Amino acid sequence: MKPKVFSVIGKPLPKIDALAKCVGDTRYADDIELPRMLYGKLLRSPYPHARIKAVHTDKAAKLDGVYAVLTGADLPEKFGIMPSSQDEEALAVEKARYAGDPVAAVAAASESVAEEALRLIEVDYEPLKPILSIEEALTSNEESDRIHAWNRRANIHKAVSLEFGDVAGCFEQAEEIFEDTFFFQGNTHLPMEQYCAIGQYGPQDKLTLWSSTQTPHYLHRALAKVLKLPMARIRVIAAPVGGGFGGKSDPFSHEICAAKLSMVTGRPVKITLTREESFYVHRGRHPVKMWIKTGVKKDGTLQAMHFRSFLDGGGYSSYGLASVYYTGALQTVTYKLPAYKFEGVRVFTNKPPCGPKRGHGTPQPRYAVEIQLDKIAEKLGMDPIELRLKQLVEPNSITVNGLRISTCGLKECIEKVAARAEWKKKFRRLPFGRGIGFAASGYISGAGLPIYWNEMPHSGVQLRLDRGGGITVFCGSADIGQGSDSILAYAVAEEFGVELADIRVVTADTDLTPVDLGSYSSRVTVMTGNAAIQACRKLKELLLPVASELLEVPVDDLEMAEGQVRSRSYPKRAISFAECVEKAEGKHGTLGATGSYWPPKNPRGFKGAGVGPTPAYSYSASIVELSCDPETAEVKIEKVWIAHDCGRAFNPLLVEGQSEGSVYMALGEALMEEQVFRKNGLHKFPSILDYKSPTTLESPEVETILIETNDPEGPFGAKEAGQGFLLPVIPAVANALYDAIGVRIDEIPITPDKILRALEGRLKPVSVPSFDFPPPIKWQPGEGIEVPQKS
Amino acid sequence: MRKSRKDSKAKSEQNGLKKRLLRLKVNGELKEVATETSKTLLEVLREDLGLTGTKHGCEVGECGTCTVLIDKQPVLSCLVLGVESEGTEIVTVEGLMKDGRPHPLQRAFADSGATQCGYCIPGIILTAKSLLDENPRPSRDEIREALSGNLCRCTGYVKILDAVEQVVRGEVA
Repeated sequence: MKPKVFSVIGKPLPKIDALAKCVGDTRYADDIELPRMLYGKLLRSPYPHARIKAVHTDKAAKLDGVYAVLTGADLPEKFGIMPSSQDEEALAVEKARYAGDPVAAVAAASESVAEEALRLIEVDYEPLKPILSIEEALTSNEESDRIHAWNRRANIHKAVSLEFGDVAGCFEQAEEIFEDTFFFQGNTHLPMEQYCAIGQYGPQDKLTLWSSTQTPHYLHRALAKVLKLPMARIRVIAAPVGGGFGGKSDPFSHEICAAKLSMVTGRPVKITLTREESFYVHRGRHPVKMWIKTGVKKDGTLQAMHFRSFLDGGGYSSYGLASVYYTGALQTVTYKLPAYKFEGVRVFTNKPPCGPKRGHGTPQPRYAVEIQLDKIAEKLGMDPIELRLKQLVEPNSITVNGLRISTCGLKECIEKVAARAEWKKKFRRLPFGRGIGFAASGYISGAGLPIYWNEMPHSGVQLRLDRGGGITVFCGSADIGQGSDSILAYAVAEEFGVELADIRVVTADTDLTPVDLGSYSSRVTVMTGNAAIQACRKLKELLLPVASELLEVPVDDLEMAEGQVRSRSYPKRAISFAECVEKAEGKHGTLGATGSYWPPKNPRGFKGAGVGPTPAYSYSASIVELSCDPETAEVKIEKVWIAHDCGRAFNPLLVEGQSEGSVYMALGEALMEEQVFRKNGLHKFPSILDYKSPTTLESPEVETILIETNDPEGPFGAKEAGQGFLLPVIPAVANALYDAIGVRIDEIPITPDKILRALEGRLKPVSVPSFDFPPPIKWQPGEGIEVPQKS
Repeated sequence: MRKSRKDSKAKSEQNGLKKRLLRLKVNGELKEVATETSKTLLEVLREDLGLTGTKHGCEVGECGTCTVLIDKQPVLSCLVLGVESEGTEIVTVEGLMKDGRPHPLQRAFADSGATQCGYCIPGIILTAKSLLDENPRPSRDEIREALSGNLCRCTGYVKILDAVEQVVRGEVA
């Protein structure tokens, strides 16, 4: 059945929703206005850590134009994205855990009245000592320093230790041991759209919530839990998302409050957060300190790695359980590693909670690993690319930590990118002040396990065929700009051989669409694509026999192309797709079908094994060329080359767009972006002007090289193409800077002040705290279940 | 310092009552709307005129998202008041369509992958239009310079520059 020549897949087509966005037709969450709508605002704690003794709302409630005031007592049920760490409250009940933690909410006739009402709410706070660093969090043992009461050890959220293979033995066989420390500062997503949600509780006791969310299904569950409403009475609609990057993947206070305020007032309530508030909602990149010890043979062969990470989690758990495991999960998927030990700890601090940002937990360790490999290559007198090429993981192999590699195009990525950038001509040969650096990486195409444990599919697609040949595709996936709606249309158009204009896509509406888990972990194309193909093929089983009978052509000889069902051998024997649909409906009744997707089974069984497995890994290799003025330490990125094994480019235009956007985001993180705090725990600069991010002037030209390995797990062979590109760029910048001016900056962001200190020999190595990690869970290759590779 | 209820009530009434009839020329049409004098042009466009194609990313003049054209110049609509905009010619992203046909910039941004989440795009298209009206053949660096006040977090700007160049080269109808 697999067509050799695609009609839609692989073509640089426009996204189906792009023109609407360009003419101002697309209605994002804040563009929605409903009759009788009220406007909500949240009161946020000015203290990073404080006990809430009382909240006095009488004055606010009496203000003209105020319809409702809520406090923590109105929404006491805890929630959180991970089932085992539900530690958030829609409005803080006993304690505020970061400056910006919501404490009360109001609904009023206008935003200005709502703001005024917030000023009338009096909160009696008892300020507590804020815990603001990883070190403080690890050593704070006083009961009063405890940010949460539920976790076992003071401010330790999660400590993990995993050991794979014979770590001690392999280190013994190593001829050289390298030890390095790194720090990756936190940064935030900064989508251009501010957060917004609208709740509407109707007279039939049903709630509708529109939100700018990447994960409508998880939000649906959280609303049911906190509002104590059956899921069946809640409808969540994800409006087109104006940028997410992971920042709109948690259920949030403003969403729950918009819903609750509507339930209390009986009127629709919209809450749009200000830009300043978006910095407090955060869920961005964790600040991570890292220690890495690697043993190698003199010829550069990796023997063993021991990696430690210390994550500054902020005030709540969010995705933190996954984040800590992700800092240790994917070190093994690029280069053969015979033995590997990972120890990680995530702490609570009194800062906005960290969570998933593009690459979730993996940019930090990848940055450390790829810089250390650059150092190792130099010490051993090897070209850093040669060092890597000699030990790439093999396709159809299992890593030392039990991860199942299907296709791997990393070798081709590296060779192509090196050729395009003229690596051999430039490396260590450019004049002082100009340099070139390399790094490589791998990333998941969707998490292999759901966030809450269940047996149900990760993605569902439903198709409905119209008389007249129209097709409606229903799917729970949320388009956040990456083009997931278009992907569904492309897959269906390819399967049925119809025009994109004849396909209507309805997504991210829990009343209408089957569940898709959400736009995170680079899962959407692989999972919704496979589900869509399955649904199409079920319908073909109804359609093709009907055409076969009419045309007197065997089913095997039929193809669907150019709006027709026709004989391959005698293409003139054809009926239109629309006619085929009508005849099939006459025979079978109303036509529709569903498709579902489950990832392959997890081959591993230990605690923490849920993080790392995926249907297939994408691979990236990047070269950055930059110049650095040694006087001012100003860095200019001259060009970035990136090669990416995406399995198959569903639409090369969109894949390139993801590449260019990832490279841009990586450069922002590498050189300027940081979410940092004053000594009193207040955000240093919660504004776009002061939170530096690259403009057109700082963003270089990017050359993307797409490598297609046609992965058997992917729809039409496609793998991840949304986040993996970001990973190699950050260490490639650091390695290029070393090539340019001969100093190593083992801290992100690489700002001019650090470069100048390094040039003057005053940049101190990153200090890493000491911590007693739990005894490791040991796992040997060969344990676990065998999951066959598809061919 | 907390305000007494009386003060705040007085203030809220004042906020509510201080309205004026604005006469704004938007996208070639004269619009009359009674609205608060304290409202920014951004708020008047979105809330009173229903022109939600103009987006907001910060509302304090830092991101470029809310750019509209006033007398052909790109202006951050969050930094001007509605009342200040009387007597000017305002163009929003909705006003670029002519007879139901998108402007070449709109077509190019849609077709060449320059639009991902799309949220910053109306402001960028209007800024680019102002540039092309003044300088129909800008270099890539001149386009870069002109768009440097408009942040985009999705695209890395590469395809945005490409799209404007396609229009410069007359490749888009």
